[in-house]
Amino acid sequence: MPVEVRLPTVLRQHAAGQSSVKANGATVGEVFEDLVRQFPLLANQVITEDGSLHKFVNVYRNDDDVRFLDKLATPVEEADVITILPAVAGG
Amino acid sequence: MPGPAIAGNRLDAFGGHRRRVPSTSVLRISRADWQSIIDHSLAEAEKPAEACGLLAGELGDMDVKAVYPCGNAAPADRQNVIYELDSRDYLKADRDAREKGWDIIGVYHSHTHTQAYPSPTDIAQAPDPSWHYIVASVQHPAPVVRSYTIVDGEVAEEPLVLERPASQ
Repeated sequence: MPVEVRLPTVLRQHAAGQSSVKANGATVGEVFEDLVRQFPLLANQVITEDGSLHKFVNVYRNDDDVRFLDKLATPVEEADVITILPAVAGG
Repeated sequence: MPGPAIAGNRLDAFGGHRRRVPSTSVLRISRADWQSIIDHSLAEAEKPAEACGLLAGELGDMDVKAVYPCGNAAPADRQNVIYELDSRDYLKADRDAREKGWDIIGVYHSHTHTQAYPSPTDIAQAPDPSWHYIVASVQHPAPVVRSYTIVDGEVAEEPLVLERPASQ
């Protein structure tokens, strides 16, 4: 069941330059696993080695930050759009 | 008429010479977008807080097509020294930019009490080496707005060129 995953510019170099890709999975975590299967260079860019969401990345399922849902266990359906955004901050 | 064939440095000192800055290193922005960055920065400075927002354009081009003012989600008592761009505002800006065929290609933020140059925190936290980083200083009555690239901790200024609307 593919969902659309929108990538920020900084990650596109790891995904053949694409701004948006399709990936399969019933949860956000499974979608990211499939994403890394397709684009191995994305490994460790979104999910840390211990399997949690990277601190400097925000992930949305449609309008909702998955940190306030079930994080990587957040369920996804075919019409959902997953958006990955870098955390933007400074001083 | 071509100028005398002397070393470029002397001509550079007067500005305006076409060899002064390679065209690829100039970031173009509309006067209206430039003004909106200044207005946002001045308004937030009243709190006092740093303003922040996103720049949209076509990836690889040197034109800012739109600016999206965003909220500063840093703790209220720290907003005068840091910014954390509200990720929900980022999501909305990203959607709007994609609908128009653009991408988010940079960020602007203001410095309320320091110069228009990326701080060590800005450099350390720069999220994307392909982005443009506009810093607006409102420490003095006359705001100063400058743009930079930040690649592997290296800061390089890219002069901002203000463009008139196409209709003029």
